[in-house]
Amino acid sequence: MAQVSSIADEQASTPLSSPKSILLRISKFNPKLDESSKFMEFTVSYQKWTTVLEAILDVKKHFDHSVAVRYSCRQATCGSCGMMINGKPKLACFTKISELDSDVVTVEPMNNFPVIRDLTVGFEKLFEKHQKIQPYLIRDDSELESDEREFLQSPQEVEQYIQFANCIKCGLCNSACPTMATDSSFVGPQALAQAYRYVADSRDKGKDTRLNIIDESHGIWRCHFAGSCSQVCPKGVDPAMGIQFLRGYLLGFRS
Amino acid sequence: MTEDEHREGIKGMANPGRYGIERIAYLLMRLTGLGLLGYFIAHVYETSNILRGRMGWDDFLAMTQTTEGHIFLVLVIGMCVFHTGNGIRIMLGHGGVGVGAPARPDYPYQPASQNYRHKIGIYSSIVLAAVAMMYGMAVMFGE
Repeated sequence: MAQVSSIADEQASTPLSSPKSILLRISKFNPKLDESSKFMEFTVSYQKWTTVLEAILDVKKHFDHSVAVRYSCRQATCGSCGMMINGKPKLACFTKISELDSDVVTVEPMNNFPVIRDLTVGFEKLFEKHQKIQPYLIRDDSELESDEREFLQSPQEVEQYIQFANCIKCGLCNSACPTMATDSSFVGPQALAQAYRYVADSRDKGKDTRLNIIDESHGIWRCHFAGSCSQVCPKGVDPAMGIQFLRGYLLGFRS
Repeated sequence: MTEDEHREGIKGMANPGRYGIERIAYLLMRLTGLGLLGYFIAHVYETSNILRGRMGWDDFLAMTQTTEGHIFLVLVIGMCVFHTGNGIRIMLGHGGVGVGAPARPDYPYQPASQNYRHKIGIYSSIVLAAVAMMYGMAVMFGE
């Protein structure tokens, strides 16, 4: 009882940081109605733990309910709330206002994706390219037919691909990629990283199929190793690494 | 803005300020590549002047002996050295050399492919290009 009391005392004596405020600039654009985008400005108070998504939802609740933003999990797992925050693609739920170190926070829709409305972009092409590289295990038999009932892997074999399995398909890498900025046909870092994820999986037998898919003029050769995709990835996937390893297979450095 | 792909275009490709030294190296690589391509075309045109005989050749070569000609050649030296040094770094990276090894990522997720080896390669290429340009200036403007 005494311990509970001391925790309560400690919590009561812990000072809450005083709320500060920022100017939140939200891009407003409806492609069906508007000729160009415009910015709506709101003064929003925040604590040191307030995320950009919470600030946007605060605006929706108290100032302008028409702001279009897509979100779901609020914990960097669903990959829904990617947007340009002060010029860089980030997840709004994973970006604290305090870490931006700016009195003005500008949020815009992600580059290199068609705008549906305001901060919401269309992911059809992202998923289309993701599907193109056949993101599943390719082999003739199945775990149900195997005597062992599952395809066993050593921890070392898992390490080869598990980093790339963290992809949440948020599209930040495609938004940061300089090639995606100019080439609409480029398969993109997200799909290429997933191609490596399955090529590196010891259970998969579809390496040649996938390498054939990406070995085209708008495929892997359009990557110039700028590395921006890896810098913005919120899950530590490092697409640039996977792409260079994939290219190593095609150039004969890896087998 | 229209209901299209919302691409950044050349402006986004050429904006080096947001993603660190790797993106600056990417831009410099493109610019120096275009510059060297322009130099190659100009060089073919220049050497073709030999068909105009000794007088024609000497007349054209005199253009490179001016201050502007020397500055142009100094830039060519810088572009050539940076493009070569950074090109070797990128070719090694494309083969999977020096880009780290796959591992379970830990927050705050520093990408292994953007490691100090590649940063050293980029800075070395820039420094080498600067040294070569200074040497070129000393030779051409020295006497």
